[in-house]
Amino acid sequence: MQEQLLYFVQQLLNGLTIGSTYALIAIGYTMVYGIIGMINFAHGEVYMIGTYVAFIVIAGLTYLGLESLPLVFLAALLVSMMVAATYGFTIERVAYRPLRGGPRLLALISAIGMSIFLQNFVRLAQGSRDIAMPSLVTGGWTFGSPDTFEASLSYMQVIIFIVTLVTMGALTLFITKSKWGRACRSCSQDLGMTNLLGINTNNIIALTFVVGAALAAVAGLLLGMYYGVVNPYIGFIAGLKAFTAAVLGGIGSIPGAMLGGILLGTTEAMTSAYFSSEYKDVVAFGLLILVLLFRPSGLLGKPEVEKI
Amino acid sequence: MSRALLEVSGLCMRFGGLLAVNNVSLSVHEKEIVSVIGPNGAGKTTVFNCISGFYNPTQGTILFDGEEIAGLKGHKIARKGMVRTFQHVRLFKEMTVIENLLVAQHMHMNTNLMGGFLKTPAYRKSEQRAMENAAFWLDKVNLLEFANREAGNLAYGQQRRLEIARCMVTRPRLLMLDEPAAGLNPNETKELDQLICNLRDEFDVSILLIEHDMGLVMGISDQIAVINQGTPLASGTPAEIRDNPDVIKAYLGEE
Amino acid sequence: MNRTLYPAIFAAIVTLILTSMMLGIKLKTEGINLTLHSAEGSTWTMIFVATAVVFLFQLFRNQLTGLVKLPTLPTVESMLPEGKKGDRIKTLAVCFIVAAALIWPFYASRGAVDLATLALIYIMLGLGLNIVVGLAGLLDLGYVAFYAVGAYTYALLSLYYDVSFWVALPICGLLAALFGFLLGFPVLRLRGDYLAIVTLGFGEIIRILLLNWTDVTGGPNGISRIPKPDIFGLEFSRRAKDPDNMPFHEFFGIAYDPSYKVIFLYLLALLLVLVTVYVINRLTRMPIGRAWEALREDDIACRSLGLNPTVVKLTAFTIGASFAGFAGCFFSARQGFISPESFVFIESAIILAIVVLGGMGSQLGVILAAIILTVLPELAREFQEYRMLMFGLLMVFMMIWKPQGLVPMKRPHLELSTGDKAK
Repeated sequence: MQEQLLYFVQQLLNGLTIGSTYALIAIGYTMVYGIIGMINFAHGEVYMIGTYVAFIVIAGLTYLGLESLPLVFLAALLVSMMVAATYGFTIERVAYRPLRGGPRLLALISAIGMSIFLQNFVRLAQGSRDIAMPSLVTGGWTFGSPDTFEASLSYMQVIIFIVTLVTMGALTLFITKSKWGRACRSCSQDLGMTNLLGINTNNIIALTFVVGAALAAVAGLLLGMYYGVVNPYIGFIAGLKAFTAAVLGGIGSIPGAMLGGILLGTTEAMTSAYFSSEYKDVVAFGLLILVLLFRPSGLLGKPEVEKI
Repeated sequence: MSRALLEVSGLCMRFGGLLAVNNVSLSVHEKEIVSVIGPNGAGKTTVFNCISGFYNPTQGTILFDGEEIAGLKGHKIARKGMVRTFQHVRLFKEMTVIENLLVAQHMHMNTNLMGGFLKTPAYRKSEQRAMENAAFWLDKVNLLEFANREAGNLAYGQQRRLEIARCMVTRPRLLMLDEPAAGLNPNETKELDQLICNLRDEFDVSILLIEHDMGLVMGISDQIAVINQGTPLASGTPAEIRDNPDVIKAYLGEE
Repeated sequence: MNRTLYPAIFAAIVTLILTSMMLGIKLKTEGINLTLHSAEGSTWTMIFVATAVVFLFQLFRNQLTGLVKLPTLPTVESMLPEGKKGDRIKTLAVCFIVAAALIWPFYASRGAVDLATLALIYIMLGLGLNIVVGLAGLLDLGYVAFYAVGAYTYALLSLYYDVSFWVALPICGLLAALFGFLLGFPVLRLRGDYLAIVTLGFGEIIRILLLNWTDVTGGPNGISRIPKPDIFGLEFSRRAKDPDNMPFHEFFGIAYDPSYKVIFLYLLALLLVLVTVYVINRLTRMPIGRAWEALREDDIACRSLGLNPTVVKLTAFTIGASFAGFAGCFFSARQGFISPESFVFIESAIILAIVVLGGMGSQLGVILAAIILTVLPELAREFQEYRMLMFGLLMVFMMIWKPQGLVPMKRPHLELSTGDKAK
């Protein structure tokens, strides 16, 4: 009994860890969708690039002999956020802005093209092989007895929870309190009207891409340190998962993305634990189809009213 | 009096906290022209959207030929013989005029795929009949010479007429027109007036109309319903409405 | 000057950040340590040149926009003759091309014919996806899943039940269509963007299933020794596998030549493509083709006229899927071996790139693009590595610069002949 409970708790912790990073990536999808109503397919690749940059910074600072973990972490966080944000900004400027207001199909195809381009760009630049990094944070707490089952909560997991919570908190403050956040919310309600009120909506849209990309980079750093591996293909599946999370929670809704991420992560962990880890992706996408079938507006989203 | 073709009673539509339509009732009998009038934002188009199945009404019953249709999907309602036009013309702009009318007959056509691949006689006949029906209605609305033009290139008044023709080729029993005279000049309005009466007299269609042009409404309507701020204000014959003090107040303001 | 100076500096910095991090520094795992290496000097030179170019371009963009104009491609459409006489010339041209395509393999090398067969498979896939994307305006990113369904259906049917190619072909198409129907039914009611992502996920689901359902599909090892198609019971191998059958060369009393098989496969693919072209050509002239067009333009108007949008879209989705099923069946028969490797997302992306380059909705365009995109990488082997990079770039570039594609679609307009309709 005890072991089973511990086993369950372990899976829950693992699920929450992955789920909170999904949530960070999902926010990028949801914010962009909320404002310009399109899926930014290249978002997963920005997450992948964020992981690469984080690895580069960590490797560089270690090589230079910097030992202090918090400093290395902070530097990796800032640099990867900045580079990812630059990518997010450029993607919007190059691939989406010229197509805004045109047929949606064109923007979607452009987005998928951008995603393929970035994946192969990184593959050619950094090679297609796995890059592994020795873990910086080791150890953790364990519960239960070693004879039966031992649940563990690693320090890295704790870091993931804390960083995610702090980031989400900062984002919520930014959206609700700052001038820019207010402009963002107003854009998502009525882009045309916001423009008429003298707010440069182009800048606001660029800002959402930048913020979304920066959050993806946070997730990139965290997951990169957690798994210790990166390759050019991680963005594809992560992007799909994060999108599923965004839809699950209700696309366009930031709390929805958080909830969706956590739910999806937990579902996946439970599927791996009690069913089969090969089929966890199948279950995740199956969940996506089911949600779309029975509650297309997601758990926290508002149903759309069609304008006639 | 016989049973009404369309019988709307107690219709309510709520968007979040806003009650856009409150307890509206209407009835349209065979071969009758009924108008819904009211100030801007009174909820007339919302009523239309509920009846034609684009919105799912919060409350109320809508009987079409005795059958409950409230909450049915728009295309199902259209298939029952009730079609509509839109306040802002919705043509297939990049298709030709004749193609607009062919698309509208989709539900009556032989859409058997095999028939189409092999050009069977049944398929050819169905295409031929659709073509003839389309030509007939183009002639009726004076657009025959523009048959092979792109619909988007027509003048505004012609686009309005094409939209009506596109409804008529579906052989409806009830035609719903959402501000058909909006943007037309007085001459065109007069033609429209004749066309609408003609549709009723010659083709036995009942018509439900939203309109701002009072001359048109008073001239052709058998019954008029007035809506103000989502609630019914009055209903009756044109003469009754003209003298109704509430209606005068709503339109001209308090004296 | 100041007005362009700051944006220029900004753009240059952005370019530097984008390129220096990913291109300039390379990560390597050495033992258990992660190490950094600087890229070669030439890469850095390129990075700085790119930055300088961006800077200068932004600085003088106002002066440049007048001078530099993207050249407009001469469209194939504009070269084609118009009118009644044009139609006759077009028919003649089509006959000529088909005849040439029929005779050509007997004089070409085996490798060339093999490559042409591959191109024909992609033409079929491109045309099939074109129904979904080009005609119905639905973005399907998991098209390869239906291709996989077709391929595995034939492979499994022949492996377990000894079903011949010709019997399996319609079954493959039907089964792929059924999968399309089952997937499309729930999803097509939703907004278009969801379809893109759900089909993407569906493609992954199918691939994962094929990979892990080892007992039936052979998992990552795939299925091998899939029989080649025969023709009226005549096989193209040296000795007939089936005792009832006879090898082709024995029947005609000629010497065995392996190139007969290659040519036969080519001709079979050509036949399938011709049927596809005919069917799609008919579809665009049929009520359903008009309904697709109408639905792309205004779905609210469609609903108000009694068209069920879900059914109309579902027809496109299902028909498109069935062509992928046929193509998959042929593919597995030709290869003789299939594994989940052949059905990854990249394949869907290549097919989409074909449709986008050729022109959404345009049959001629898709055929040309399929030929270009399959033959070009074979001709320039060093290009292989950069193929997907180019395809991604191509999609973005085409959407911005020329969304109609190389050969813009020209829908057959039905004309009302006013002659017999004189009042």
